[in-house]
This record gives sequence, C-alpha cells and structure tokens, in this order.
Amino acid sequence: MMVEKTRFVFSGSGGQGVITAAIILAETAVLQENLNAVQTQIYGAAARGGATRSDVIISDSAIYFPYVEQANVLICLTQEAYNKFSPIVRPGGLLITDTRYVKIERAVDAVQKELPMYQTVMDKIGKPIVFNICMLGVVTALSPVVKPESITKILEERIAPAFLDMNRKALELGFELGRQSMG
Amino acid sequence: MSDNIRFVQGNEACVEGALYAGLEFFAGYPITPSTEIAEQLSSRLPKIGGKFIQMEDEIASMCAIVGASLTGRKVMTATSGPGFSLKQEALGYAIMAEIPCVIVNVQRGGPSTGIPTHVHQGDVNQARWGTHGDHAIIVFTASNHQDVFAMTVEAFNIAETYRTPVVLLFDEVVGHMRERLVLPQPGEIPIVERLRTSVPQGVNYHPYLPREDGRLPMSDFGAFHRYNVTGLFHDMWGFPSDDHEVVHDLLRHLMDKIENRTNQLAKFKEFYTEDAEVLLISYGSTARSARDLVEQRRRRGESFGLLELLTLWPFPNDLVRKKAANAKYVVVAEMNTGQVCQSVRLAVDQPERVFLANRIDGEFISPDDIHKTVRLIRGKGV
Repeated sequence: MMVEKTRFVFSGSGGQGVITAAIILAETAVLQENLNAVQTQIYGAAARGGATRSDVIISDSAIYFPYVEQANVLICLTQEAYNKFSPIVRPGGLLITDTRYVKIERAVDAVQKELPMYQTVMDKIGKPIVFNICMLGVVTALSPVVKPESITKILEERIAPAFLDMNRKALELGFELGRQSMG
Repeated sequence: MSDNIRFVQGNEACVEGALYAGLEFFAGYPITPSTEIAEQLSSRLPKIGGKFIQMEDEIASMCAIVGASLTGRKVMTATSGPGFSLKQEALGYAIMAEIPCVIVNVQRGGPSTGIPTHVHQGDVNQARWGTHGDHAIIVFTASNHQDVFAMTVEAFNIAETYRTPVVLLFDEVVGHMRERLVLPQPGEIPIVERLRTSVPQGVNYHPYLPREDGRLPMSDFGAFHRYNVTGLFHDMWGFPSDDHEVVHDLLRHLMDKIENRTNQLAKFKEFYTEDAEVLLISYGSTARSARDLVEQRRRRGESFGLLELLTLWPFPNDLVRKKAANAKYVVVAEMNTGQVCQSVRLAVDQPERVFLANRIDGEFISPDDIHKTVRLIRGKGV
C-alpha cells in the first residue's frame, strides 16, 4: 500500500482548518500507523486569510528534506490556492479541489477530483467547521496511506467529546464522497 | 502504540528535553519562532512545582534566570535573534560569575527584526562573540527532534558541569516542523545535578575556590552562606579585584575550562565520510537537506559524505581537519553568508578546497540548491 514516500500539500485560506487537517493526517501516520511523517507549514505574519499551505510527507523510511517540491496529492480549497499551487502536482498525481471554491482553469497531468465537500458538509451537518475533516475523509479514500479508523482514534484524543460525533460524521461523509468519485 | 512517542514541533522537543534534564525555572518574553517553548512551559512548569515568568522584556528574562540559577534552580530562557541581542550583557555576567544557565535561540532572519517567520542561521557568530570581552562559550545545535531533545539535556548537563551558560542555537524550520519524538525513559540519559558545597552553614565558604578537579561547588544563594557575586574580576571570595594576577588567572580559567575540552565537547554525526570525495559539512535544519542530497547521490554511486556538527562552539577544529583530510571538495551548507564556512577554512589544511553552499533569502535551502553549488565547483555545470 505504501509507496516509498507520499507527499501531500494542503492549501487553502487561513481559518479553513487546512493546517489542522495536515497535522491530524501526519500525527495519525506516526502515532497510529507507525510510519514516519513530517509536517511543515509556510508561515506569514497574519493569523487569518491569505493563501495557507501545509506540507506533509509520509514514508516508511527516514525523511530528511521536510518540504514538498512535487506533490503526489495536492488539495486546494480556494481559488487563490489553486492558482498558486496547482503547478506543483506531480505528473500522475492527484489534485483534489472543492467545487464551491475552485474553478478548474487548466488541465494538469494528474487525476483531478472536483468534489462538493463544502456543500455536503453544509447539507448533512450544517457546520462549516468540519469542512477540513470531510476533506481529510476524501484524502483517506483516494490516497489510502492511513486508515480512516486510525484518523478517528486521533480525533478522539484531540477533540472535545461534544464535537466528536460531528467530526466522525464529517470524516465518513468525506470518505464516501472520495469512494464514490472512484467510480 | 507506546505512550512515550510524540508527534511534536522542535520547540516542544526542546521543552521535553529541558523538563527531562530537570528544568525548574523559566523566564522569557515570547518571540517568533521560539514562542511555543514559552507557551508550553507556562502550562507544564507550574504542574511540577516549577516557576514560569513572562518578564517585561528579554533583558529582564535573562537577568531572572541568572538570579534563579544562583539560588539553586536549573534554568532556561528562549528567544530569537532580536531577543538574543538583548540578552548578551547578562549572558556575559553569567559567564564571568560562572552561573549555569541554558539560552535557546530559535533563529529567524536578521539583522534587527529581520524576517520573523522565515529561517536563517545568521546568529552563529553572534552566539560566539555576542557579549563583549574575551570569553569562551558552548553552543549546541540539532537538525531533528530526537537530537533537539538530546542536545537540550546535554546543554543542562554541561552548564552544570562547567558552571557556564550554554546556548542552544536552533532555527525556524526545526522549531516549527513536526515529526516523531521518542521520549527516553527516566534514567536512560544521565542527568548532571548541581554540585553543591559540603561546607556547613556558619563556616566560611569560598564561592570561587576550585576543587582539585577544577570544579566550583555552589551554595544556594540566600540559603546557607553569605558571599559576593559580581561581574567584575574577582578573587576566591567573589570580591572585586584589579590585581593583575587575579585578572589573568580568572580569564585563563574562564577560557581554559571550555577550550581545553574542545574535543570532548565536540558532538557530531557522520554519514559516509570515510571515502567521501565531496564532504558536506552542515548543521541545524540545513543538515537535513545535506543528508537528503548525500543519500540521493550515494544511490547513484557518487562519493558524497556528510559531517553534521552538533557543537558549533568551541569550534571542533581537530574533528573538522581530520574528517576533511581526504576530501577533494569540502562544501559547507548553511543559511548565512558563510559563518561556519569561515571556521572550516581556518580548521582544514588546503582551505582553497572549502566552498560555501548557502541561501539567505528566508527560503529553506533544498538538496537541489546544495547540489547546484557542488556541480558548479566540480565543473559539471548546472
């Protein structure tokens, strides 16, 4: 299942939970799947807004250079992030975008998945705060580096009990959305 | 999954190392990219009976840890370049008065407030010569979280052993990056405790009278003995002196206790150095890219090697000369204009084979950045 190294780039806008999602994925790989993972993020001075990016590398061997130059999996949750980062998807890689926020403007040599993640979360849960967890569900379905139940275990440790069901549901919705898109 | 595995930032690995080493007192003023150290300790220290104080600035923070150490506590402060500049005066005081303390500088771009959220390694020479006057200092660094932990423990141990400030020079990439950290069990890494005097209360205690092994047992200030502490040159009582012999002997002592132990203090890692035609020398986060490049080139049969320095000061001259002896090219990879490169040139024979591969724009240096320099040096084009 594991290729030597899987390189993810999560991008979007500050406040969408892009960095949190990246941390959860990497933490799952290390603490639940006994893989190596490194997570980095590009910091600006602002706390909200602007293009946010977080890189995650997951591998069964050592990881030295901690940033991603060509992403096996690129996730873009805003048009700005898509415009800026879409060229870094590795040929033959996977590009995941949200239909509400991103209009695909050019073909890249990658599998492109335009999915209504935000809309699904709003229709089924009604709270935009778990948009990022739904996205993580999609990622888990389409790039099976970690198991969704492993992510659930990390969510149980990180998230207050009152919000846990909502997060579990968002993860499941995302996972289903990802699976259905595989046809 | 065992509960001693963490997925944390480098700054948190430093916190874990400090607590493992017995940190009891932290004073600081938050600054990017070191803030997580203060943030974590503000909640962790009170839970174990320690003290965390956010001071009004970096000067006060440094003075606070020096005072707390003198009363018998293991102490640390953490900052970045601008704060490190402010700490220099009190750091010199700690050197002169021989007060153990650990100062963390998570480097960002400078000079001045520079580029707060981006990486640089421009404080290497400041760590050596930031405070005025002749002096010696110990500076450690690390490129991954396991080493951040280990070198932090080592910093506390060395500070106590030699009664001296120890600087931990990390950088933004190592500080903010998250990766695995395996917490050692208690006792797995030896901890050096404060050497206290056996002179009983009521009997004269000479704070600066060394034992036969050169070490100076301490007395918790304010507890058992009356004694003087000063930044002036001082005699064995701790009182100021301008006697030329006292001045000479104390300065020699401050230099020798560290520089005579240069080889023993020289911590490092080496990868494929034995037959390296191209020897990279690097440290901190840059060493990650250097290692990446070495592994890539080795897979293609090219004789690349890496010497990763964990001790930057006192500069490990003998080590560098020995490891570089057979290399055709010595390439120092760092994110400044050549601060360690300069020291390497002084250390090796044939300094004309020493080259610099650097990046100074706040972007993290990549394996490819280093490789381009190596290709140019070898006449292979880019």
